[in-house]
Amino acid sequence: MSIEKNEEFRPKIVAFCCNWCSYAGADLAGSSRLSYPADVKIIRVPCSCRVNPMFILRAFEKGADGVIMCGCHPGDCHYSTGNYYARRRMTLLFSMLDYIGVENGRTRVEWVSAAEGVKFSVTMNEFVEKIRSLGENVRLGDLRCRN
Amino acid sequence: MSLKSNQAERIQEISGVNPYKCMKCGKCSASCPSFNEMDIKPHQFVSYVLHDDVESLVKSKSLWKCLSCFACIERCPRDVKPGKLIDAARQMVIRERGANYLSPDEIPELLDPELPQQLLVSAFRRYSR
Amino acid sequence: MQRLGVFVCHCGSNIAATVDVKKVVEMAKLEPGVVHAEDYQYMCSEAGQARIAQAIQEKGLTGIVVCSCSPRMHEATFRKCAEKAGINPYMVEIANIREHCSWIHKDMEEATKKAVILARAAIAKVNLNTPLKAGESRVTKRALVIGGGIAGIQTALDIAEAGYKVDIVEKTPSIGGRMSQLDKTFPTLDCSACILTPKMVEAAAHENITIYTYSEVEKVTGFVGDFTVDIRKKARSVNMDKCTGCGVCQEKCPSKKAPSEFNRGLNTRSAIYTPFAQAIPNVPVIDREHCIKFKTGKCGVCAKVCQAGAIDYEQKDEIITEKYGAIVVATGFDIIKLDNYDEYAYNQSPDVITSLELERIMNAAGPTKGHLERMSDHKPPKNMVFIQCVGSRCSDNRGKSYCSKICCMYTAKHAMLIRDKYPDVNITVFYIDVRTPGKNFDEFYRRAVEEYHVNYVKGQVGKVIPQPNGQLLVQGVDLLDNKQILMEADMVVLAAAIEPDPSVRKIATMLTASIDTNNFLTEAHAKLRPVESPTAGIFLSGVCQGPKDVPETVSQAGAAAVKAIGLLAKDKLLTNPCTAKPDELLCNGCSTCANVCPYGAISYEDKQVNDHGIREVRRIAQVNSALCQGCGACTVACPSGAMDLQGFSNRQIIAEVDAICR
Repeated sequence: MSIEKNEEFRPKIVAFCCNWCSYAGADLAGSSRLSYPADVKIIRVPCSCRVNPMFILRAFEKGADGVIMCGCHPGDCHYSTGNYYARRRMTLLFSMLDYIGVENGRTRVEWVSAAEGVKFSVTMNEFVEKIRSLGENVRLGDLRCRN
Repeated sequence: MSLKSNQAERIQEISGVNPYKCMKCGKCSASCPSFNEMDIKPHQFVSYVLHDDVESLVKSKSLWKCLSCFACIERCPRDVKPGKLIDAARQMVIRERGANYLSPDEIPELLDPELPQQLLVSAFRRYSR
Repeated sequence: MQRLGVFVCHCGSNIAATVDVKKVVEMAKLEPGVVHAEDYQYMCSEAGQARIAQAIQEKGLTGIVVCSCSPRMHEATFRKCAEKAGINPYMVEIANIREHCSWIHKDMEEATKKAVILARAAIAKVNLNTPLKAGESRVTKRALVIGGGIAGIQTALDIAEAGYKVDIVEKTPSIGGRMSQLDKTFPTLDCSACILTPKMVEAAAHENITIYTYSEVEKVTGFVGDFTVDIRKKARSVNMDKCTGCGVCQEKCPSKKAPSEFNRGLNTRSAIYTPFAQAIPNVPVIDREHCIKFKTGKCGVCAKVCQAGAIDYEQKDEIITEKYGAIVVATGFDIIKLDNYDEYAYNQSPDVITSLELERIMNAAGPTKGHLERMSDHKPPKNMVFIQCVGSRCSDNRGKSYCSKICCMYTAKHAMLIRDKYPDVNITVFYIDVRTPGKNFDEFYRRAVEEYHVNYVKGQVGKVIPQPNGQLLVQGVDLLDNKQILMEADMVVLAAAIEPDPSVRKIATMLTASIDTNNFLTEAHAKLRPVESPTAGIFLSGVCQGPKDVPETVSQAGAAAVKAIGLLAKDKLLTNPCTAKPDELLCNGCSTCANVCPYGAISYEDKQVNDHGIREVRRIAQVNSALCQGCGACTVACPSGAMDLQGFSNRQIIAEVDAICR
């Protein structure tokens, strides 16, 4: 893949962040002025266990190039067990996505605490870089949804 | 644990050091410029006195490798002053063998006016003719 | 159709410097439902809020989007503002264009584009918002304290003093807990019983406190403000109303072979017993396992000698059901079992003891009447070795990974007390680190070394070998002198790790309070809510939350009491309206949602439904909105898509996804 193409391609990336840890971590990244590409748009959910695999499929269908889900570290969930459910669900979903040909790198789960602004920013930078290298997502895009 | 032997008591008396105050932080050894030359390290002096093993201390190389810079005394957070213990052990040896002290007129030219007084006193105690 | 207003904040130059706010306003106006959009320097200011209120009233807005800082910052502010202006506070959404946009991007065009998309997502969401109303639940003005140690007693006293009824449930026959077993307390060396017994008496005499000893919590249902608890009062075999506490029965009891729990098994007690002389209540219990009457049917000595006629062999366990608004857990600790630490020969020699056993030996009311002596031959020891961190700071499966926190201090205390009373006893303490954070703590430890000449050796003991002559050969190391040490000792004292009382696991499960891998109860927030459990209405007091000494326990007990009082002082509780809600027509009653719910908020009910003309009774999920915390685990687990989360519904989140990917 040429460098030129990398610069042109601006991926659409949806990040689901749990309200208690990762959203606060993203806030901390913001207040610490730790930049990451504007391609990442964050959706606030109460807990990572609120993220229905359906939402991720929907994002891909609507043309997202990557979806990342962030939650509290295992053991730190505000609702005690939510992130464990999320982890299992995502493991299943990702293996299914893999099976239908969506590259593994397009989805990611990361645990980011409210104190890990740096980790949030680093993770987002890495993730965007990865998606840029993967290029546009064509597998799941619903043609009817394209303008 | 108590100090029984005369020697250990003597060292305490000469130095005025209370070895029980040591909390084994190691700042003396961390400060010592001749640490690498020593067989018994500065932080160990205290436990040798406490454990009543003055013999080893007296026979050690360290006794004569100590520069008497007193960095350990200056920096000890518990005011234990291991340098004084060494100094005391040295004095004990010197007194026992009845060696001569260095006479002030024997080293006049080498003297740097900036040298601390304490070093001179220590050197006079240490070096014999 | 909603009538929406969009308010874009400059936040001084925080947002306006990198985001073209005028452009965001312009783009927002194009979105469906938006009838009003404006920007202002500081939306959160009084003037800014006035503009929002004015727009709501003049334009008849049904919902608003504020493009500003993080909702964690000002969501509550704008909700209050909307409510005052006459719309439902849950018709407000925030687009975070500061922390998530202006502060992290430098390029104006890029940041503006992102801000527009974030605003779009919020608008798409608020289009689907529905007014939500916080529910109300009542508060029973009574608290339950589980555990009658110093933590439980202090919490109960504080709550009772505030004017609320409190019940203490204690599983042993007397309140007092671990502290009653201690001889002296550090760093002041005052006698433990002298400071504890008055508190025990005060608790027993307090008109607002009811004490259930020899009782256990059997069942807990309900939720914050409205718990229903079954307490099992185990059969005491002694009528508490009749007993005068004269103690004749204990004297005359012919069965005296039962190991004394209070003295850690160092001596024995009678089958009918009170754990210790100052026990509260001062009413004995018959230990049916050791009682001859219960074993063979022949004896009955206690009934014969009891002048009050209090002995009742027929007594049965009794279940008391009571309602509570708040529950405080104060279940305390025990020391770990040392069966896996063979190297210290604890099970091989009676002269290898734990610190808690030493505590009893040193106590005037203990098995040796306070004389320091070996348990094997009752001779006074000359050389004693203390071993620190036995089972603490072990990452293997034998011990505990944490530091037990109190051992360094109580060992210094023991060493000092022994050297004070028996100056001819030599004491050596093997330690890994001496940890003494606390007021006057390090000074205390230094006194043990400097004044009492306790020999502290940095290093551990590898092995304790009982010798044929009754001595204990201790093999250790002095790391500072780099020497292995072989020394003979008469007694070895092990500073065994402490662990939460084993009963806490069962209690935590009943309360749905979360517990960590070490069985310590988890706090709602490690720093900011250290005495609350994540489960509403459950508070934590004492070592059940983490290792603590007495003063720390007492302060935490007071803090837990204040939190409980704060709850009890309310007449009604407002509940979070963003709770799960099932669609009755879609629910098939499969129980999947109830299985993933961490709060036990979901129950099932047979309910008459009208499914497109078909009337039938179905098993349907019911969410208790007072218990539901709104995590949404059930919404994803539900196989039929019946469960949804209000305020974060499937449609709302999908609308956001769509808006972002558009």
